[in-house]
Amino acid sequence: MSVPSTFNSSAAAFFAGVKSAWTSVFFLVLMGTYIGIGALAHDFGLASWWLALSTLLVWAAPAQVILISALGAGAALFEIAIAVTLSAIRLFPMVVALLPLLRGKSTRLRDLLLPTHFTSVSMWVESLRLLPALPQEWRIAFCNGLSVGYMGTAVVAGFVGYYLAAGLPPLFAGTLLFLTPMSFLISTARNAHMMVDKVALVFGLVLGPVLTALHVDLDLMWTGVVGGTLAYLVHRLREAAT
Amino acid sequence: MNAVLTELWPYLILLLVGFLPNEIWRAFGLVLARGLNEDSEIVIWSRAVATAILAGVIAKLILFSTGALATIPLPVRVAAAVCGFLAYLVMRRSVFAGVAVGEAVLLLGGFLFAH
Repeated sequence: MSVPSTFNSSAAAFFAGVKSAWTSVFFLVLMGTYIGIGALAHDFGLASWWLALSTLLVWAAPAQVILISALGAGAALFEIAIAVTLSAIRLFPMVVALLPLLRGKSTRLRDLLLPTHFTSVSMWVESLRLLPALPQEWRIAFCNGLSVGYMGTAVVAGFVGYYLAAGLPPLFAGTLLFLTPMSFLISTARNAHMMVDKVALVFGLVLGPVLTALHVDLDLMWTGVVGGTLAYLVHRLREAAT
Repeated sequence: MNAVLTELWPYLILLLVGFLPNEIWRAFGLVLARGLNEDSEIVIWSRAVATAILAGVIAKLILFSTGALATIPLPVRVAAAVCGFLAYLVMRRSVFAGVAVGEAVLLLGGFLFAH
């Protein structure tokens, strides 16, 4: 969708961002994803308000899935923190790529705090696509509107999934719970542009359950470090061979 | 005091092991103006680590299910995941088609074979 290229006020730019969020493909993706995460949070015995707050504060679906499933399984807090932080490194280059689009001559650091916190895959992809066509002065407001639109959708969908899972018969609640692994499996495969990402996906799928079955301590951390590093080494060997 | 602490404990955990370890990378991005190139080796490695962790969690959710999903037998869950993934590959890499087929297989298998 295209957006008007100029606005009368920051508020107009903000609401154009919200509208843009609700008419983009990520609206449906976030609905499905967070209905699944809502069901997951219910299944693991967390409160619905806790989930809403985690969406506002963490705002990264993979980190939230790791957090909820690891807390529910009774993993050590130290291990959960490591797994979450390893899953979040990707946010760093995303923020670095986004900020030059938002920063103008008169931009203050505090104006960039919200867009920095809002940075996540959905917002990032749409911002990089839509912002270059907008005048610099309206970009931050538009970007904040876009993010609030996405975040609001995710919070509402989380509540919907949570209470659907609470009220539905087991077979249908199970189907809701299955949304998370199914959609993440496919979207992770879809985002795996390079061979190294595909290899890491396969190693993780195998190592995760194997280390769990063997009752290895800190299994999530080792799945990531061992699986990811092995995939990286495969990538280096292939590079060296060509 | 203890009752208050018990109430607040999940939220404290959310801040300490959910919010902070996640947000720190966004903060780094804001502070370090000159960043890493998307193609730099450390970024490629860190993405591989993150992908492997998420893949491990996905596989565990399917294989060692809890709650309502555990009432659907393991072979049905695995078959649904495989069918969904194949549908995604066949139907021009459509995430929607993959998820829809996976869910349909799970629902059908669950209906026929649920505990």
